Amino acid sequence: MAHISITVNGKRHEADVEPRTLLVDFLREHLGLTGTHVGCDTSQCGACTVHLDGRSVKACTVFAVQADGRSVTTIEGMSADGALHPLQEGFREEHGLQCGFCTPGMIMAAADLLQHNPDPSEAEIRHALEGNYCRCTGYHNIVRAVQYAARKMREQATVEA
Amino acid sequence: MSTYAFDYARAQSVDEALTLLAGHDGEARLLAGGHSLIPAMKLRLTAPTLLIDVSGLEDLAAVTLDGGHLAIGALTTHRAVETSELVRTHCPALAEAAAGIGDPQVRNRGTIGGSLAHADPAADYPALVLALDAEIEMTSRDGTRTVSADDFFVDMYTTALAAHEMITRVRIPVLGHGEGAAYAKFANPASRYAVVGVAAKVSLADGTCRAARVAVTGAAPKAFRATAVERRLAGRPLTEAVIAEAVRGLADPNELLSDLSGSAEYRAHLCEVMATRALREAAARAA
Repeated sequence: MAHISITVNGKRHEADVEPRTLLVDFLREHLGLTGTHVGCDTSQCGACTVHLDGRSVKACTVFAVQADGRSVTTIEGMSADGALHPLQEGFREEHGLQCGFCTPGMIMAAADLLQHNPDPSEAEIRHALEGNYCRCTGYHNIVRAVQYAARKMREQATVEA
Repeated sequence: MSTYAFDYARAQSVDEALTLLAGHDGEARLLAGGHSLIPAMKLRLTAPTLLIDVSGLEDLAAVTLDGGHLAIGALTTHRAVETSELVRTHCPALAEAAAGIGDPQVRNRGTIGGSLAHADPAADYPALVLALDAEIEMTSRDGTRTVSADDFFVDMYTTALAAHEMITRVRIPVLGHGEGAAYAKFANPASRYAVVGVAAKVSLADGTCRAARVAVTGAAPKAFRATAVERRLAGRPLTEAVIAEAVRGLADPNELLSDLSGSAEYRAHLCEVMATRALREAAARAA
């Protein structure tokens, strides 16, 4: 067993885990954070996307021990004080989901994009979501949801400045 | 559980990593970004008893300009290669290739050293390092040695890297005046691995090709140079007609892979198409 200490959504968690425990299993089964989904389990579909030290990663392809001492953000950490994150709001407003299975991963991947590109083109959004599969929507409304969030986040940044 | 059990150690220095590696008689593996190794472990294709996590060795995650070479630390992520100003300035083809690996999440984790050590036959970097005439620096407790990319790839998933060695740096000559390079890939739509990818580097003088290097990945069990194509280009102006004639018959389907992504005959055709695109772009950049 390995002793790990990971900050998840701002809260530090200590645990003893087998080194082969995947980060996604640690989040879901040890911490009960089931918003991060397991889709393909082969680093392709992106359903398990979380942020590790602020960058999007596929949690099915990271061992929990690799995240020891680091900071993880999951979909559960996106809303603040009961208010939806602009991306969450965008997916609702623009009907960016049907079954919803891919949505947490889509939001985490899009959040990484918007961190370093606050005004992405449609092509840039599609390129940034290449690692996330949706088998329902055909992606159009997902792109609109990200555009909605980008717009709202730029407006918020302007108001704050 | 997704993999066989293993022990885990986080190395604080290259020396510590090499000592652990040497002490486990081929049973230990280095873990960098893990985006080749962990999938292989999940498929139970490999079952190391110890993973030595080297991802914290920041000295090996830098890109520097070293004389006439770009020195890229083995732990440089694909994303860092993609966004490095030095790489974009001195070897844009490499930055473009990095930008086409997998997807953003993969590029945030995967490293150039890890990709080269794994030597997946469909990985992008092997074609780039061959065409760009790179050197791979490898370190063990016995010292450091450097091999040319030409001597590095041995077979599918097999390289010149010994079990007790780690890749520490990749050295790539910066493009000089009259030189251009490009990479053209036909990607699998799901994985973004190369069904066929061709990297080309050309040197022009007075509108004539002085030298060309053309390397192919994805098509065969290992990345290879198309030396016959290179010879046919030397001394000639890189017109459409010259390129079309030079790439004809680039690969023999009998020596190519045949799988769900495409038959050997299909790949042979793609080799010619991707080589044409890479050479056309490399020539335009060199002019």
